[in-house]
Amino acid sequence: MKDTPDPGPTFPIALPIQLAVNGKRHQLDLDPRASVLDTLRDRLGVMSVKKGCDHGQCGACTVLADGKRVLSCLCLAASYDGADILTAEGLGTVDQLHPMQQAFLDHDGFQCGYCTPGQICSAVGMLDELAQGMPSHVTPDVRKVAELNDAEIRERMSGNLCRCGAYVNIVSAIREVGQGQAASAALPMPVAREVTR
Amino acid sequence: MTTDPKTASVGQDRVRIDGPLKVTGTAPYAFEQPTENPAYLFPLTSTITRGKIRAIDASAARALSGVLEVLTHENAPKLLAKTDTELYILQSRDVHYFGENIGAVVAETQEIARHAASLVRVEYDTEQEDTRFRPEHPERYNPGKINTGIPADSKQGNVEQGLAEAAVTVDEVYATPYEHHNPMEMHSVIAEWDRERLDGVLGVLGERPHLRIHDASQGVSYERLMLLPLLGLLPQQVEISSPYVGGAFGSKGIPHAQVMLTVLAARLMPGRAVKYMLSRQQMFRSVGHRLTTHQRFRLGAAADGTLTAITHDVQQSSSRLKQFAEQTVNATRHLYAAPHRETSTRMVPLDIGPATFMRAPGEFPGMFAQETAMDELAVKLGLDPIELRLRNKPDTDPESGKPHSSHHLGECLKEGARLFGWEKRQAQPRARQEGEWLCGMGVAAATYPRQMTPPTKASVAFREGKYHVGIAAADLGTGAWTVLTQIAADALKVPEEDVVLHIGHTDLPLAFLAGGSTGTYNWGSAVMVAAVNFRDRYGLTPAEGDEAEGSAFFPDEAKKYMLDAYGAHFAEVKVSTVTGEVHVTRLLGVYDPGRIINPRTANSQFIGGMTMGISAALHEESYLDSRPGYGHVVNSDFAGYHIAANADVPDVQARWIEHPDPMFGPTGAKGIGEIGIVGVPAAIGNAIYNATGKRLRELPFTPAKLVE
Repeated sequence: MKDTPDPGPTFPIALPIQLAVNGKRHQLDLDPRASVLDTLRDRLGVMSVKKGCDHGQCGACTVLADGKRVLSCLCLAASYDGADILTAEGLGTVDQLHPMQQAFLDHDGFQCGYCTPGQICSAVGMLDELAQGMPSHVTPDVRKVAELNDAEIRERMSGNLCRCGAYVNIVSAIREVGQGQAASAALPMPVAREVTR
Repeated sequence: MTTDPKTASVGQDRVRIDGPLKVTGTAPYAFEQPTENPAYLFPLTSTITRGKIRAIDASAARALSGVLEVLTHENAPKLLAKTDTELYILQSRDVHYFGENIGAVVAETQEIARHAASLVRVEYDTEQEDTRFRPEHPERYNPGKINTGIPADSKQGNVEQGLAEAAVTVDEVYATPYEHHNPMEMHSVIAEWDRERLDGVLGVLGERPHLRIHDASQGVSYERLMLLPLLGLLPQQVEISSPYVGGAFGSKGIPHAQVMLTVLAARLMPGRAVKYMLSRQQMFRSVGHRLTTHQRFRLGAAADGTLTAITHDVQQSSSRLKQFAEQTVNATRHLYAAPHRETSTRMVPLDIGPATFMRAPGEFPGMFAQETAMDELAVKLGLDPIELRLRNKPDTDPESGKPHSSHHLGECLKEGARLFGWEKRQAQPRARQEGEWLCGMGVAAATYPRQMTPPTKASVAFREGKYHVGIAAADLGTGAWTVLTQIAADALKVPEEDVVLHIGHTDLPLAFLAGGSTGTYNWGSAVMVAAVNFRDRYGLTPAEGDEAEGSAFFPDEAKKYMLDAYGAHFAEVKVSTVTGEVHVTRLLGVYDPGRIINPRTANSQFIGGMTMGISAALHEESYLDSRPGYGHVVNSDFAGYHIAANADVPDVQARWIEHPDPMFGPTGAKGIGEIGIVGVPAAIGNAIYNATGKRLRELPFTPAKLVE
């Protein structure tokens, strides 16, 4: 404890990173320690992604990166250079909700709403994984394509914690969307429109 | 209430008003409020449990590019009145518990603040500490009164005589662990100090400080009342907003140290907003927890199941810094009839952070003991546990002798038994096995009282064709945005579209916080009175700008009655004979909740409480490392502190029997936010007994306690 701690480099390091977020391109100079989550919230002001634990344990920060669901708190922005990031507000707007958002609303699949953007992104990504035939822990036969049922939904959504306890309503919402449409059509591809710095 | 079902809004299924914002992620929570050029705070926290700070060397941190300020007790602004020991921080060298806030670094970015905090060197003079909870602690004491203001002890009749007369007795010890709330949104604060120009206000010229806070708060009015004497400010100098709260469960009920820490740091840089969101680990340190209990519960009964005696003796943990005397014995005093009864509460003082309210404080731990003991009694008597409860349902309140304003526990038990298929339950344990799984069913009663409601007001103003209803209420996910709009619409006799609700700001009429399941009947009453006053004064065609206020009204007659909500929980479990793992395959709650304002949001309140009950039954325990030199929670993240995940909750359903109770106020609604968790762990534990023949008396029911 007597050693004077090494404060590390006193000059700021910045890495040039390009991210497309909800269809908008950004050219950024970022601290190499910055996560995708903190970059979205603190640098770009995109608050439709939430911080719940910063350790990849709660799922609140789930976004779709190049179409796949990821925990943005575990993603260093530097390793997502060039990625297309989609958050809940990129899926749909208040005036034009995405079918998954409408289903969460209809089934009251939330209370406080803080885990909800992550739940919805995760649900969209999850249905896509299911459509691609990816098995889960509860899939009875991994050689066959997993079918959409409540057990599969519960298992695949267990990385998204909800402390208000809306799980049974979340499952109803996802079941409705999954049954109502081909899962692959649920994922709108992000379109890059403009560059801002 | 409007009685015409064609036009009434109350009682109708309505989608959440705040729903579209929440499903798109665009409802602004505290940390997300628009802020110009904010600075970021990271705290310095104590790494000893008790002692004094000898020296702090912040030179390396201050030298780091981007660091704006290092706050410690050496440069902290002085606080005025020590009205709250939890908020009176950085005023001395004293350390009271491990992880206590002893300072902060403020920097241009979160990364720099966090890194700089790691460079601050703190030296301590440690003192002998004590963090090990034991019921027979030499310094344990009688708190005199418990949190609801009632005596810590109670005595009626002669329990020794009652137990001696009994044909059957139960005498067991039950324990509940430390738990942490873990709302998904971590506690977040933005604080900014400014100067307010007084252009001759009250003849005073010049300036005075003005503090603006964005907080995740269950009630901004009472938060401000608590901060003012410490800061030495007038109400007009402090503004707090909290329109959206990402879950709270009691942890955001009153302000904790992190609010004061951010306020003090921001005081050092007037004109600049300072932002701080706790890390998940920090939430396990200094924003409260559910205390741990050790409860001896005794029951005596005649051969027909009639109770002759009930005793409940509680020892529970307490922080030496600030007492929180949970009302663990409360439900025992009121739920069942017995001529001889005694309860007691003792606090065990420890060098730990203060406990606070956590969903159904008192009723949650106390009813785990009582409803497990009742099941044990039913087994000994060879009586159905529902029948045992029905036979001991009191005609009047057992403690005060007052009649109940309404009491439908029996209906909840009988209707629940019918819906759940209780007749299929086999009384004999281990009677049902499917492969490696032993299956069983259990039941427990639930009760939650009407809590005190300090003054609460609301206003109605007519502007641009809309009725603007204002009240400093909070929606933690409870549905307040929606149900208060429904109540206002009916009270004003207008469609919901004509009502614009404003909540979560200190500029609005003073309201009691979202706690004690009081929100709907307390805020709802104030809104109804304000609406009636508005119509009395301005009629059905108000002019632009007309405004009226009203205070929550409760009938004087209510004092003659005992006011409680009731319910019954039914659990079905399967327990693995190989691993000891418990699955709750079905959970049903049937409630006596008074009037239901919105069945959709009410259902979510009930199933939310029940889901948290499953979580507490199967997973939740904060492990305090009480070895010398430690004193912190070792499992302070979601990897170590498990909460129920989606796969834990296959089938949770709520039903209710609606008997509006006017003694709860003009809404007729009882509280529903907490009763959903009360008794759930007992119902699950009783089902585990029915499945396995093993009686578990300590939460949580983890596999190690059940593996064969």
